[in-house]
Amino acid sequence: MADALLSVQNLSVDFHTVRGTVHAVRNVSWSINRGETLAVLGESGSGKSVSASAVMNILDIPPAQIVGGEILFEGKNLLAMSNEQRRAINGKRIAMIFQDPLSHLNPVYPVGWQISEMMTAHGRPADEARARTLELLGRVGIPEPENAVRKYPHQFSGGQRQRLMIAMALALKPDILIADEPTTALDVTIQADVLALLKELQAETGMGLVLITHDLGVVAEIADRVVVMSNGEIVEQGSVRDVYHAPQHPYTQKLIAAAPGKGDIRILAPDLPVLLEARKLCKVYGRFTALQDVSITLARGQSLAVVGESGSGKSTLARSILRLEEADSGEAFWKGQDLLKMSHRELLGVRRQIQMVFQDPTQSLNPRMSVYQLISEGWDIHNLVPDRAQRQQRVRELLEQVGLSAEHATRYPHQFSGGQRQRIAIARALALEPELIICDEAVSALDVSIQAQVIALLDDLRQRLGISFLFIAHDLGVVRDFADTVIVMKSGEIVERGPTEQIFSAPSHPYTQRLLAAALDPDPDVQAKRRIALAQA
Amino acid sequence: MSDLSTVTPAPSEKQRTWPLVSMLWRDKLAFVSALVLVVIVLFAIFGPMLLGDLATSQNLRGRNSPPFDLARGWAFILGGDSLGRPMLARLIVAARSTMLVAAGTVAVAMIVGATLGLLAGYLGKHVSQAIMRLADVIMSFPSLLIAVIVLYVLGPSIPNMILVLAITRIPIYLRTTRAEVLEVRQRMFVQAAVVMGASNGRIILRHILPVVAPTLVTIATLDFAFVMLAESSLSFLGIGIQPPDITWGLMVSQGRPYLTTAWWLAFWPGLLIVITTLSLNLLSNWMRVALDPAQRWRLEARSTANG
Amino acid sequence: MTKLISQRAIASLLSLLGLLVLVFFLSRLTGDPAALFLPIDATEEMKAQFRAINGLDLPLIEQFGRYVWDFIHLDFGESLRKARPAIDVVLEAYAWTFPLALITMALVIVASIVLGALAAFNVGGFFDRLVSIVSLIGASAPDFWIAIVAIVIFSINLAWLPTSGVGTPWHWIMPIGVLFIRPFGLIVQVVRGSMLAALTAPYVKTARAKGVRNLPIIFVHTLRNAMLPVITVIGDQAAAMLNGAVIVETIFGFPGIGKLMIDSILQRDFNVVLAAIMVTAIAIFLMNILIDIAYGLLDPRIRH
Repeated sequence: MADALLSVQNLSVDFHTVRGTVHAVRNVSWSINRGETLAVLGESGSGKSVSASAVMNILDIPPAQIVGGEILFEGKNLLAMSNEQRRAINGKRIAMIFQDPLSHLNPVYPVGWQISEMMTAHGRPADEARARTLELLGRVGIPEPENAVRKYPHQFSGGQRQRLMIAMALALKPDILIADEPTTALDVTIQADVLALLKELQAETGMGLVLITHDLGVVAEIADRVVVMSNGEIVEQGSVRDVYHAPQHPYTQKLIAAAPGKGDIRILAPDLPVLLEARKLCKVYGRFTALQDVSITLARGQSLAVVGESGSGKSTLARSILRLEEADSGEAFWKGQDLLKMSHRELLGVRRQIQMVFQDPTQSLNPRMSVYQLISEGWDIHNLVPDRAQRQQRVRELLEQVGLSAEHATRYPHQFSGGQRQRIAIARALALEPELIICDEAVSALDVSIQAQVIALLDDLRQRLGISFLFIAHDLGVVRDFADTVIVMKSGEIVERGPTEQIFSAPSHPYTQRLLAAALDPDPDVQAKRRIALAQA
Repeated sequence: MSDLSTVTPAPSEKQRTWPLVSMLWRDKLAFVSALVLVVIVLFAIFGPMLLGDLATSQNLRGRNSPPFDLARGWAFILGGDSLGRPMLARLIVAARSTMLVAAGTVAVAMIVGATLGLLAGYLGKHVSQAIMRLADVIMSFPSLLIAVIVLYVLGPSIPNMILVLAITRIPIYLRTTRAEVLEVRQRMFVQAAVVMGASNGRIILRHILPVVAPTLVTIATLDFAFVMLAESSLSFLGIGIQPPDITWGLMVSQGRPYLTTAWWLAFWPGLLIVITTLSLNLLSNWMRVALDPAQRWRLEARSTANG
Repeated sequence: MTKLISQRAIASLLSLLGLLVLVFFLSRLTGDPAALFLPIDATEEMKAQFRAINGLDLPLIEQFGRYVWDFIHLDFGESLRKARPAIDVVLEAYAWTFPLALITMALVIVASIVLGALAAFNVGGFFDRLVSIVSLIGASAPDFWIAIVAIVIFSINLAWLPTSGVGTPWHWIMPIGVLFIRPFGLIVQVVRGSMLAALTAPYVKTARAKGVRNLPIIFVHTLRNAMLPVITVIGDQAAAMLNGAVIVETIFGFPGIGKLMIDSILQRDFNVVLAAIMVTAIAIFLMNILIDIAYGLLDPRIRH
């Protein structure tokens, strides 16, 4: 360990915030050599990015303060070096890429200039840098490099921007590349491409790769070793296979158990009455087609998942049914009545019966309303539950139903964690006793362990109260655990539909097949088999 | 159920009753500013009642008497003016019309601007465009020139001053309100209210206005300073408030001929304008942070760190 | 980019048209425009004659047509005080105000960018506090008061600078100095805030991870991004400089557009007032286009 190329030893970092000192990481040690891939796995707030930021000298000091430990690179302590010495290592020997390439690229300079700067900053002549930039753009798969160098970051897609970041990071053939959640904001098929590119480039250059992620699937796909972090400490480390199959620490065990996509697949009970039927919905924004002849049927008690990547039109479908947006044409029958033709008065009655849970509870709960006000607002609107004592009783019941407690009613959303906020949003939806709840990416902003809890809660509500669900999601594992029927959308059209079992075991449309192949399984062995199968195909 | 363990404790009863005041107390500069403004407002309200006669009684022996001389009584501590009236009393009486014009202007501009802004943000594209173009016309022209011209045509008086200055300030509130409404409307909690069936009125009053209001109050504080400066400029130029009414700006103008012999005639009212506008600026800077829930923790938290 | 500028040009033209209509109706609002245009002691015969000559007895719509026609030809009639075409009087005055405003604005921009940026790098430090306090006072002080305090100190007590007129370069110092204070106070705060925000932007982290030196990070990566909000404020303040010019020119006897405007109003020379308004509106219109071009040059997202 001590003679590794880069090793972080007993690093402790504090953040001095106005609320007091937070121990961001304590006694963290890991190391990496050329050719290796190390994953640093953790949920939000675990401190997984802090040690990498310390390596790159990009911690904001203050508020951060390194209170102990060393970072050895080729045996020399980076923390004892001058800024000028560290600047010479940054980019040239150790490079880094980030989660959100749009904000991490400078918006006002052409990308070619930004990639060349990596080389000119380390003393390479400008013409050499220019030539190498073109070569790099071609290597990472950016079409028409001569044109691309003159373009600005906003003119590329999300996946392309991450490729540009990779090209920039690899310009000087660094010994180590640190990738901080490099694929988190990307669609699954693009995530698979970017991870494959990283692996190819690693094989070519022999660099060491440190991958910071929250996603067990990414770890299984790419890493040799893994370091699991929780609350600023390393709770477990070892080879990916050992950690997955025989986790020692309770936190790791919980994390692995919570990974979605492993439970029983639900079967839809036959002959249920139809609740919602949409026919040939169309919606066009300018030149972009969001919905093209989309038809769906949803029965009472059914949970229908709509799966697709960004821009597939899955959210527009939900919003059109709820009339948050007006569809251009088509019909949507709710118990036989066309929702899209209803007057505002008629719609008001239906609004009670269909509720929605949004992606990010931080934004979907009014920050200036207490939990009591949030939950009871629907009763104000619909003139329900007029009695005050009865209201308080109902709010208490609803909070308990979603796993919160009665004393939470007087608090405000910012006093809760993300998972708790989503529970409040669910309680608000339940307050109106709806027959259908539309969940628009309702768990995708949550950490995996909390995701599992919220899914279990929704499932429980479905069984006990007989509520139907329209479940919009991009995460196939979550869909597999929750839905009995799946619809796959691409570019505004439905490409495949069927029972969950059939979609997952025998997908017929090539796009569905690609989507399933690109999805990462948390089990490294399963992932390895898929890789081999993919290579043969 | 690990996510149940991290509920922030509810604030104590005392903090909840006086959150803004205790936050203000912690920022000494903002606290002093607020105190200064309260004193000035109290003088503006009650001063003329108590000192009205003193401020108009001429005393030829006290003409241009220098300040810091208590021989003629405390009222002459800041000196006497060219007709021998005590400066202190004159300043206090002038505070009333100065504040009246500024407060009237800000109130009119804020109410009209915010209402139009809410409408422009919530109504169709055409109404919105028409309202915004009108605001552009007003905004594209230096405000003092608009005021000069309109007062030239309509004649100077306090209501006309308020009217003219309000017209030049309405676009500020209008634009801010509209921009915020357009942004807040897209927020998920507004969409959530729509899904529940909330009416437009309920959405505007319960969900949008509470988010927009702090910004408006912050701007109004800053704007109060701007309007005061504009009014004093107009009065100084002789096209604003006319004697026998009096404001600080007019007092500076009246003191100008005596610069070489009695500097205090023009100096004190100007200094009061500086102190007032400076306090308003400081308070507005503080409010920008204090009234924004996303930034408020900076002020709240400092106390816990200090114990 | 050209589309953006032409859109803005059309919007500005509409604004100009709006202003034309506004002035027209304001001047007719008082009941008798002759009273506005003629000296206060004008006789009834003079007024009648004036109405006939200027077509004030014609139907309102025809009057408006003539008014617009004259405007297009920049024909605003004669100045009553100077017995010369009003437009000539106005352009002459602008020849004084333009250099005054230009020099002041150049100084404001340089000073506020340099001091604002330095304050942002030194956030919380002594220099930062100093800049914050000076800028707040600058933004709060009434310019007419600063002007007369300056006269008391530099002209009366120290006798260094002349009180009024335009004879020598010395005459320009106090007008520029007073005109400088408010826009400087406002812009320096914006530069500081914008720079602070830009310094914490994610692309600065990328640049540091690339091993870029501090100076290029500050002046190449950050400053250009930080300038975007500043440009808007500079535009507003350049237009508002005419507010300051009215005060400063009146106090220092500087023969520019501000003094001309106030003198013409006090002496009821309405043709000159009208010409001054319209020339000012056109000047602001041209400046707004310059601001838009500057925006497009700095930010490619606007260009596309």
